[in-house]
Amino acid sequence: MQSSRVRDLVVGLFVLAGLAAIAYLSLQIGGLSYKGPRGLELVASFDAVGGLSERAPVRIAGVKVGQVESIVLGDDLRARVTLDLDPRLELSTDTVGSIRTEGLLGDQFIELAPGGEEEILRSGDQLSFTESAINLEKLIGSVVHDARLGDGEEE
Amino acid sequence: MASELDDVAGLVQGEEPPALPHRALVRLGALVEALGARAQRLVLELGRMARFGAAIVLAAVRPPWRVRRLVFEVFDTGVLSLAIVGASGLTVGMVLALQGYNTLVRFGAEQSLGAVVGLSLIRELGPVLTGLLVTGRAGSAMAAQIGMMVSTEQIDGMRTLAVDPIHYVVMPKALAMSLAMPLLSALFIVAAVFGGYLVGVKLLGVDGGIYLTSLENAVEFGDDVLGSLLKACVFGLLVGLVATYRGYTTARSSQGVSASTTSTVVTASVCILVADYVITALWGV
Repeated sequence: MQSSRVRDLVVGLFVLAGLAAIAYLSLQIGGLSYKGPRGLELVASFDAVGGLSERAPVRIAGVKVGQVESIVLGDDLRARVTLDLDPRLELSTDTVGSIRTEGLLGDQFIELAPGGEEEILRSGDQLSFTESAINLEKLIGSVVHDARLGDGEEE
Repeated sequence: MASELDDVAGLVQGEEPPALPHRALVRLGALVEALGARAQRLVLELGRMARFGAAIVLAAVRPPWRVRRLVFEVFDTGVLSLAIVGASGLTVGMVLALQGYNTLVRFGAEQSLGAVVGLSLIRELGPVLTGLLVTGRAGSAMAAQIGMMVSTEQIDGMRTLAVDPIHYVVMPKALAMSLAMPLLSALFIVAAVFGGYLVGVKLLGVDGGIYLTSLENAVEFGDDVLGSLLKACVFGLLVGLVATYRGYTTARSSQGVSASTTSTVVTASVCILVADYVITALWGV
C-alpha cells in the first residue's frame, strides 16, 4: 500500500508538471492573457499601417503600455486599429498616435505622444491625430525622383 | 494463388513453347492479384482497428472507471518516459540554438534566435519527437505486455472469469497514452526552450531578454500552441490505439510477441509522421 501511495503522488506530480508546462507555453510564450477587467481601449484610423501586426507593442516614450488588439478595414476605407492599453493611463484627447519602426528595418509598433489638453480619453474613444507608417520604398523613390528633377532643371 | 498460376504457366509451357509475351502476361496477372489481396487485407485490418478503437471508447465511458489501473498506466507511460523526454528535449534545444545561431549570424539576425528555436519546437519538433520517443519507450512495452498476456492465455483467463479484457487491460493503457502524450510534449518543449537558452544566451552570448522576447513575440497562442497540443493529443490517441491493437492481435508465440512489438513501433511512427503532415496541411499549424 505504501508503494502505491508513492506512485499516486509521483503520477500527481507528473500531471501537475505537465499542466504547468502547458500553462507556461500558453500564457507566457503564447501570450494568451486573461481578459478580466477590460483595459483602456482606444481606436485609431490610419491611411496605411504598413507591416503593423496584431499584438504589436504600443509605447509611450519608449515604454510598452499595451498592444494592438485588431486591425480591420473601416467604412471609410482606412485601417481601423484597436489598441488595448493599461487601464491606469490618463491620456489627453489630443494624443497623437504614429506607426514607427524599430531601427531601420525592424518590427513596427505604435508610439503615442500625449498632448496638453485637459480632457482625458475614455475607453472606446478615437484618436483624433494619427501618423501613418513611413513607406521606406516610397520615400527613397521620391528622393530619387526629386534628385532627377533637380538635375533636369540644371541642364 | 501465385503457385497455382505458376502451375498453369508450366502446363502451358509443357504443351507447346509459349510466346514470351504470354508468360509475361501471366506473371503480371499474378502480381496484380497479389496486390489486390494485400489491399483487401489492409482495408480489413483498418476496419478491425476502427472497431477495436470503438470498443475502447465504449469501455472508457462504461463504469467501473478503473482509476487505479489508469494511475498505474500513467506511471508506466508518462512518469517513466519523463527522463528520456526531458533529456532529449534539452539536447534538441541546444543543437537547434547552435545550428540556428550559425546560420542567423551570417545575416546579422541572431536576435531572432528565440523565434527560430521556439517556432520549430512548438510547431513540429516538440509533438513529433515526443511521439516517436514515447512510441519507442512506452508503446513497444505496451504491445509486448498485452501480447505476452495473449500468448500465455491470461486474456482468455480473464474472459473465463467474466472480466472484459478490453475494459480491464486495454482501455486504461490506451487512455493513459492519450493523456500522457500532450503533457510529455509540453515538458519536452519547455526543456528544449531551456536548452536553447543555455546555448544561445550562456554560450553564444545572445542577450537573454532578446531571446525570450523574440520567442514570445513570434509564438501565437491560437496558431502555434493550440496546434501543438492538438498534434500531441492526436499522436497520443494513434500510438495508444496502434500499440494496444497490435498487442491484442498478437500471434500466440514468442515470435508473435516480437513481431507485434516491432510492428507497433513501425506503424505508430509512420502514423505519427503522416498525421503530422495532414494536420499541418489542414490547419496550417
